[in-house]
Amino acid sequence: MKQSLWLAFDLKTRIFIALLALAIVIVPASALLTAPGSALNIPVYAIALMGKYLCYALLAVALDLVWGYCGILSLGHGAFFALGGYAMGMYLMRQIGARGAYGNPILPDFMVFLNINSLPVTWWGFQHFPYAMFMVLFVPGLLAFGFGWLAFRSRVTGVYLSIITQALTYALLLAFFRNAMGFGGNNGLTDFKDILGFKIDALGTRILLFCASALALALGVILARLVVTSKFGKVLIAIRDAESRVRFLGYRVENYKLFVFTISAMMAGVAGALYVPQVGIINPGEFAPQNSIEAVIWVAVGGRGTLVGAALGAILVNFGKTWFTGALPEYWLFVLGALFVLVTLFLPDGILGIFKRRQRPQVTVDPVGEAQHGDA
Amino acid sequence: MHWLRLLALWVAIAILPQNAFAEGPDTALARFAQHNFMESAKAVRELASDQWSGAGAVLAALSDNRLYYDAASKVIYFKDEKGTLHTARDGLPAAGIDVATLSPVHLNNAVRSALEDAKGSMTMVSADPVQRLSGAKDAFRAHDPAALPAITAELAKETDPEVKLALQQAQAAIIAASVDAPIAQRLDAIKVVQARGDDLALSVLSAIGNNAQGEVKTAALAATANLQATAAIWANVQNVYYGLSLGSVLLLAAIGLAITFGVMGVINMAHGEMVMLGAYTTYIVQQWLRAYRPEWFDASLFIAIPLAFLVTGFIGVIIERTIIRFLYGRPLETLLATFGLSLVLQQAVRTIFGADNRNVGAPHFMSGIFHLGGLSVTYGRMWIILFSILVFLGLQMLLRATSFGLKMRAVTQNRRMASAMGIDTNKIDALAFGLGSGIAGIAGVALSQLDNVSPNLGQSYIIDSFMVVVFGGVGNLWGTLVAAMSLGVANKILEPFVGAVLGKILILICIILFIQRRPRGLFALKGRAVES
Amino acid sequence: MAMPNLTNSVLYLDGVEVAFDGYKALRGLSLVLERGEMRAIIGPNGAGKTTMMDIITGKTRPDSGEVYFDGWQDLTLLDEATIAELGIGRKFQKPTVFESQSVEDNILLALKAPRTVFATLWGRPAQDQAERVDSILATIRLAGQRRNLAQSLSHGQKQWLEIGMLLAQDPKLLLVDEPVAGMTDAETAQTAELLRDIARDHSVVVVEHDMDFVRALGVKVTVLHEGAVLAEGPLDVVSADPRVIEVYLGR
Repeated sequence: MKQSLWLAFDLKTRIFIALLALAIVIVPASALLTAPGSALNIPVYAIALMGKYLCYALLAVALDLVWGYCGILSLGHGAFFALGGYAMGMYLMRQIGARGAYGNPILPDFMVFLNINSLPVTWWGFQHFPYAMFMVLFVPGLLAFGFGWLAFRSRVTGVYLSIITQALTYALLLAFFRNAMGFGGNNGLTDFKDILGFKIDALGTRILLFCASALALALGVILARLVVTSKFGKVLIAIRDAESRVRFLGYRVENYKLFVFTISAMMAGVAGALYVPQVGIINPGEFAPQNSIEAVIWVAVGGRGTLVGAALGAILVNFGKTWFTGALPEYWLFVLGALFVLVTLFLPDGILGIFKRRQRPQVTVDPVGEAQHGDA
Repeated sequence: MHWLRLLALWVAIAILPQNAFAEGPDTALARFAQHNFMESAKAVRELASDQWSGAGAVLAALSDNRLYYDAASKVIYFKDEKGTLHTARDGLPAAGIDVATLSPVHLNNAVRSALEDAKGSMTMVSADPVQRLSGAKDAFRAHDPAALPAITAELAKETDPEVKLALQQAQAAIIAASVDAPIAQRLDAIKVVQARGDDLALSVLSAIGNNAQGEVKTAALAATANLQATAAIWANVQNVYYGLSLGSVLLLAAIGLAITFGVMGVINMAHGEMVMLGAYTTYIVQQWLRAYRPEWFDASLFIAIPLAFLVTGFIGVIIERTIIRFLYGRPLETLLATFGLSLVLQQAVRTIFGADNRNVGAPHFMSGIFHLGGLSVTYGRMWIILFSILVFLGLQMLLRATSFGLKMRAVTQNRRMASAMGIDTNKIDALAFGLGSGIAGIAGVALSQLDNVSPNLGQSYIIDSFMVVVFGGVGNLWGTLVAAMSLGVANKILEPFVGAVLGKILILICIILFIQRRPRGLFALKGRAVES
Repeated sequence: MAMPNLTNSVLYLDGVEVAFDGYKALRGLSLVLERGEMRAIIGPNGAGKTTMMDIITGKTRPDSGEVYFDGWQDLTLLDEATIAELGIGRKFQKPTVFESQSVEDNILLALKAPRTVFATLWGRPAQDQAERVDSILATIRLAGQRRNLAQSLSHGQKQWLEIGMLLAQDPKLLLVDEPVAGMTDAETAQTAELLRDIARDHSVVVVEHDMDFVRALGVKVTVLHEGAVLAEGPLDVVSADPRVIEVYLGR
């Protein structure tokens, strides 16, 4: 079974999964077996940074699943990422217990500060890790399902859909800024102490979180790959290229979109949940519409409709961001902005598209562009 | 303290030249030397109801902390505004007295409130009808029973109808509250007060409603309820006005987008940055005027409007020619490319001007406030509402009545046919995009008067603008107008009930749900043509 | 289910009206198609041909009128996917195939099979499906191109591929909108032959401008004008009708 599954993947997917497996071996080995300061040693901060990139990569894979394969350009995937992050953040807050500044065993500090006397219903059960993990999947999934149920049934497509997904994350941004929501308002959730009993900033925990992120990304890529190579995936691509044709063939397009949108939102939620313990904070800023659009450019840079490319794009762009904001902070937004413009104009198939063209020069694909002719 | 300056002026002009005060209330003056707040307040009231002509100078001095007494001799002195010491009793300069040996007469709230009440009766006797009017209005505010004789006396002399009405109201306010007055007179007085109809009348009446008994209480309560109902209506009118004001801002921000998105089908995420550049153009114009032509400052907006249009319009044409024209028919790609552009423009402005807010001043005609019934209207908001409608009408004219507008609509409806008829579609595309961007620039000039001018200015408007255009129906300028105004009003009507942020969230959710029901907006074109 | 068997027809339209923003696209259109019949529909631009197809396939709802399929199915209550599953296939005016997928996959997607999300997610193509794909590819003369992407096909081949997808659906009724637009004469002749083949065991409605092609089909013709039926009968009779001549030449 394993063997046949492995063969079902194309070359780039196999290489990518192999690289992730390598990372899971090398990073802990380097951090644990070599002396700090030696050339081979990966410092703790770098492990957290790389873990963060992998979470972004998983978000990008989720986005590519809906955009690259089904033509749904979501400008609100950051919302699902953030909701997953909040679910994890709530678990981590409950783990602080009486060690908070106010020493309240039940209520997180910000609630004591805001004179909230009893734990709101939304927080019940979050001290249990399995429940929190369930919510990591359930909350983004439910939001995506509800939103998609409305949007896809009424056939909101193309830029209209993009704009209302953006409005969705914007509305959530405003909502989470309110203290009355009971999620820490402006400051969000932070000052985490430990996760599953491990100290959150210990080297071992960092390594485990990194490995968990790499594993989640690998599973995400495998899952998405299985989806898009099935007949279901062929229907998705057909919807992307000629939605009404699919409908007249008797497929319920809205169900297909709804399914893939919900799956994708849950993947984004997982990414957010792994992201939070590694950066140590989750606040409403994660809902900012700009974050969601940035995720789109990761996918575009790597190559939409390739899954692996999306992950690669996320890692590259964020590596660039880290480097630039450190070395030339003034210029990062120029670079990012130029990246948007240049990629859409000159590299519509992204980095992986360059290789694709070399392999099959006779094919000039612009599937999404074609699809949009109909929608405009 | 505006009235005190008037008072002092009046004192300076009317009293000092006579140089000798008439016989006056020595008992009242003596109270100031008692070093007792209650006594001081009493003195103020006595001086105010007295016809003594020196009272104005003394009271003005008291409220400015310029009144002194000699603890030994109990003589009262005041300093005039130049700092010269005078004897209070006769107003003559008190040479040879050292202020340092005197004690100041101190103020507390009771004394201040007595002063406030006194202000009305003092100015009522002025020669200037404007001051008498303000005095009469103050007397109404105070409705001090002690002032009744003075008011009645003035009323007999008064000829100016406006002042007379104000005095009658003041008189009525006192009578209505007076337990000694006959019931019939009090009931009439309540009617007079009610007719005045403002917040002050309401507070006078509700006080009577609380304190009086029997028929008077009933009448006062009825009048209070009546006024409250009227006030509630005005409050709603005020909210609608705020809503229209917000709507005009939304209209200005969205209308350029209605051209580029609605008419041309181009998603321009850098639209907000065009607005921002328009605001910075205003800033540059004002900086230049401040440096070289400060006397023209009031004209800064009139210079900035055409300039902002040209600057942002030109940038728009460049964007269209270098980026957007390669992406026609691919709206999602256009969205991404223009978003990238918006990042670049923001950062460019941040690099040049810095990240903090720039100070854009308001010309003279943009500041101030006036009242319309129970509605307060700020000039700035009013001009912006009118300006947004003017821009809207101008744009309609341009699209309907000019050959450019005709060509633009032709290209929108059938590009190939328009091209076959000899229309240079490339040029029209570029100009239309320039037009949309230019209007965004104009909007920026107006928004610089309301909002902080910073590199992030545009970002805060882009989502709202898209909501307006989508809600109104793509390709329909009237829809944009109706959508902007109704969203603005809905926002402001919701605000008092749920707060600003929650109101905005609710509106966003409503629009999201609305788009599900009518994906093409309020005034969408229907039929095959738009679906194919 | 208790609907009476209104007619013996496969398609029954009566008094169908629809307006877009005040413009009446259909004004009382009535049309009856017998089982197994092939019908050609002609008419000038704006006569309502495409709108009629939109009504039948559920894309547009009529303002009034009756639309029944197979004697008793009220099509005005159903959406596109349900109507397609009932057995009505539609070919668009502009050839619409899945450009970025192979010719084979295009047919496979159209092939009659469970259409639900979970069926496509877990299902594996069966042996008989492969045979069916082979036979359809042979019918539409694209067997040699089966692994090529659809976008590499010529315009005429795309038209055929789309007809092939219709066949794969195995519908009871085929609606074919301008199948020979942009085809060479040889391709047009082949297409006429193909449609006659198909008509042997399907009901077919063909909308076409090309009179030579309509003549080659040799079937009953309905002339639409301003959203209603102007004339009906064999092409020779219809084309001699003075009202039809007026409509086609009078402007």
